[in-house]
Amino acid sequence: MNQALPKLTVKDYASNQEVRWCPGCGDYAILKTIQKLMPTFEQPKENQVFISGIGCSSRFPYYMNTFGFHTIHGRAPAVATGVKLANPELDVWVITGDGDGFSIGGNHMLHVLRRNVDLQILLFNNEIYGLTKGQYSPTSQTGTRTPSSPTGSIDLPLAPCEVAIGSGGTFIARTIDTQAKHLAAVVTRGHDHRGASFIEILQNCPIYNDGIFEQVTDKKTAADFKVELVHGEPIIFGKERERGIRLNHDSLKLELVDASSDDVLVHDETNKVLATMLAIMKGPDLPVAVGVIYREEKNSYVDDSQQQLISVRKTKVSMADLLTSGHTWEVE
Amino acid sequence: MELVEENLNEHHLDEKEVVDVVVRFAGDSGDGMQLTGNNFTEATALYGNDLSTFPDFPAEIRAPVGATFGVSAFQIYFGANDVTTAGDALDVLVVMNPAALITNVDNLVDGGLLIVDSGAFTAKNLTKAKYQVNPLEDGSLDKFRVLEIDITKQVLAAVAEFNLGHKTGVRSKNMWTLGLVLWLFDRDRAGTIKSLKTKFASKPDIANANIAALNAGHAYGETAELPAGIHVYKVPKAKVLPGTYRNITGTNALAWGLVAGSELANIDLLFASYPITPASNLLHELVRHRDFDINTFQAEDEIAAVCAAIGASFAGSLGVTSSAGPGIALKSEGIALACATELPLIVVNTQRGGPSTGLPTKTEQSDLNMALHGRHGDTPMPVIASSTPADCFDVAIEAVRLATKYMTPVMLLSDGYLANAAEPWKIPDFTEFEPFPVQHYTKAEDFKPSIRNEETLARVWAKPGTAGVEHRIGGIERSFDTGDISYDPANHQKMTDLRQAKVAGIANDIPLQEVCLGNKTGKLAVVGWGSTFGAIHQAVKRARAEGLDVSHIQVRYLAPLPRNLEELLKSFDSILVPEMNTGQFVRLIRSEYLIDAEAINKVAGQPFKIGEILAAIHAKIAASGSNS
Repeated sequence: MNQALPKLTVKDYASNQEVRWCPGCGDYAILKTIQKLMPTFEQPKENQVFISGIGCSSRFPYYMNTFGFHTIHGRAPAVATGVKLANPELDVWVITGDGDGFSIGGNHMLHVLRRNVDLQILLFNNEIYGLTKGQYSPTSQTGTRTPSSPTGSIDLPLAPCEVAIGSGGTFIARTIDTQAKHLAAVVTRGHDHRGASFIEILQNCPIYNDGIFEQVTDKKTAADFKVELVHGEPIIFGKERERGIRLNHDSLKLELVDASSDDVLVHDETNKVLATMLAIMKGPDLPVAVGVIYREEKNSYVDDSQQQLISVRKTKVSMADLLTSGHTWEVE
Repeated sequence: MELVEENLNEHHLDEKEVVDVVVRFAGDSGDGMQLTGNNFTEATALYGNDLSTFPDFPAEIRAPVGATFGVSAFQIYFGANDVTTAGDALDVLVVMNPAALITNVDNLVDGGLLIVDSGAFTAKNLTKAKYQVNPLEDGSLDKFRVLEIDITKQVLAAVAEFNLGHKTGVRSKNMWTLGLVLWLFDRDRAGTIKSLKTKFASKPDIANANIAALNAGHAYGETAELPAGIHVYKVPKAKVLPGTYRNITGTNALAWGLVAGSELANIDLLFASYPITPASNLLHELVRHRDFDINTFQAEDEIAAVCAAIGASFAGSLGVTSSAGPGIALKSEGIALACATELPLIVVNTQRGGPSTGLPTKTEQSDLNMALHGRHGDTPMPVIASSTPADCFDVAIEAVRLATKYMTPVMLLSDGYLANAAEPWKIPDFTEFEPFPVQHYTKAEDFKPSIRNEETLARVWAKPGTAGVEHRIGGIERSFDTGDISYDPANHQKMTDLRQAKVAGIANDIPLQEVCLGNKTGKLAVVGWGSTFGAIHQAVKRARAEGLDVSHIQVRYLAPLPRNLEELLKSFDSILVPEMNTGQFVRLIRSEYLIDAEAINKVAGQPFKIGEILAAIHAKIAASGSNS
């Protein structure tokens, strides 16, 4: 870069398209936070690319005044991998939802995390299929009544962060649509991470699954049902920060304990076993963990691919060399 | 349908000099028949014959020893004239066990030479091949020239000095056999010796044992008292254009054509694919050429492969993906996304026997309908097909040109036969190829992703990283004027028409259809596409030599069709269309042009024989009343 970047603002990141989510949708809050956050990365706007699959969340790229690609259902991680391999300089974001990312696109999610492709993956989890009018999703709680499960769904839900850790993900975090400050902080850390950053955003669908995360989002109850993880800090929560989490050494399970107890766990983002236990914590017995759950430094796929290209491209080659390589013979 | 086949009656091992010969090596999949065949091919190319080869291997990687379904074979047709198929009937059959004999002997001509490893004709192996009686003893092979040798015994004696033990020593059986066949046709052993030394550079004992076996096989021919009628056969050199030659398989030609296309377009290429028989070798070959502006990606599945290729194209590289029929079916939603968003993409389909898993290692042309029509929505795309192994090079370059110039996915059809078959190729002078450099769009002023070239109708290609041309594209219908989402009815009509017109317009940018053999008008044209080229060419050549008014037309551009094709076809009284499917191209011709074209179909997993097409030509000419 031979010249200073022009100072960008939130306005530079809003496209000219009319936003068409339902009134009250959590996606509005996420969009606004990301639009505000983008200038803080101080990157050329033309290097930023948003790629999505299909679903309510996947309309997101249309509203960002960057490069954007609204692809096909579940395949955004694969398209993003191709973009990043073609041009590793680009800052590539994947926008997906619980159905897009973990039902039809589950395979790609597994592999993009395993390969550690350098992307930010924002999973908007509202535990429902919104765009197809309200069927249960792979994260819906068992018993969810929907048009396709009028007597209650019988599927067992998966926990996105747990699956992401199990897939070999190197940055796993959870945050909440309307909590702009927390969302921005978590996404910033994900952006700083070299490799695949998986961020689950609990997002409210006011039409088909309203209030599903109310306990952890409502100011009246949040303190008792949510714990904010901070690396190196004790895992404590509650209105008076009176409760903590400890490991029961007999059952090897997490349990509540008085915050003053000396065996309250200290959060260690690099501990995979702890991260897995924190990722699956939920009510009514335990709080939902938000923040950076797990982080690990590993080579990114694209860096390794570039390294191989550099090493095989040490000498200049020509088509003529290729065509005459190996065994040839002359006919006079 | 059982095809009528004519015996070409061209083979005669009575003479010392023969104009052309078909040799087939057959043995267990662990017997090294492919290696034997490849070395014989190289020696034959060096000798100066024209040739064509056809490896024919089982789907099982290591089938049980001696089983009929584990027989691996390599066929080579070589001669003094132009050779475009791997041959119909066999003049020489080399069998390493009873299973190889029972599965191949029906193709050996009467009077043909049968070389048998009698040491492998044990009671156990005979049972596995379902022989009740030993065919070497019951007189059933009397119509052939049979050369029975206990090759195992010969080899063990030849390699005894290396103390390799029985198991390792016997492995050189294929080289002993190769030595004998090299002697039979007066070919040089030097190339094989050199390649053995390279292959076993770290195991000099193994290299030397194989060389000793090779030499022993050769010496056997020279010194043993052979039955009457078995001697060295001379095959005169072919008259070919001067130049530098090499052998090339369809897979390598296709891979190198993609590399060449990327050079001519001056663009990076990402090849994203998922392993599938018989297409995987393309990935294996391209990954070796990342010293060019090529990168490869082995994706988690077929869908990820096409999507990664599309992502690469969005980012300004050329995305290429490859598979065989079932994998192409999985990619179809992605291909339609490339069509909708007007991004370049090449999809290579190395067709195999279908439906479903079908015959993974066998050849077929049954994905033409899928290539032409197999997508949701009105989703036109150019479809082109290669006709010979070497032709894959030119067709791959053409795919790159069309995809980048017209901002469209392009389907390139190859097949299992072309992928594995090899032929000598006069190496082209690459400086004579016309470059077609890609121009990415960079003008920020008044930028819209919907700006198009008025002539080609191609949308602009503005890639991420370019300031001022940030834009969004996607699968939802896009406004003709702005490129933004549009649900407007009139706009959808306009965009659908535009996509059709863009692909149809490519007809003005491709060569007129030529007649590759024969006159431009006449009684009968045999019209083919893809790998049927070789057999049609030879059949038409023979029919013309009989004085019949027959021409050969081979169509490379299947969508859009060449703009003169209708007129050309209508200048013949009858049209015959041989295809390795149930009649997909013939239906296209009939529906497009209202021509009463007739089909010849074969779906046996094997290429057409010359005699099958010749028989159809004779039948057609006879039916139409008069010979010219």
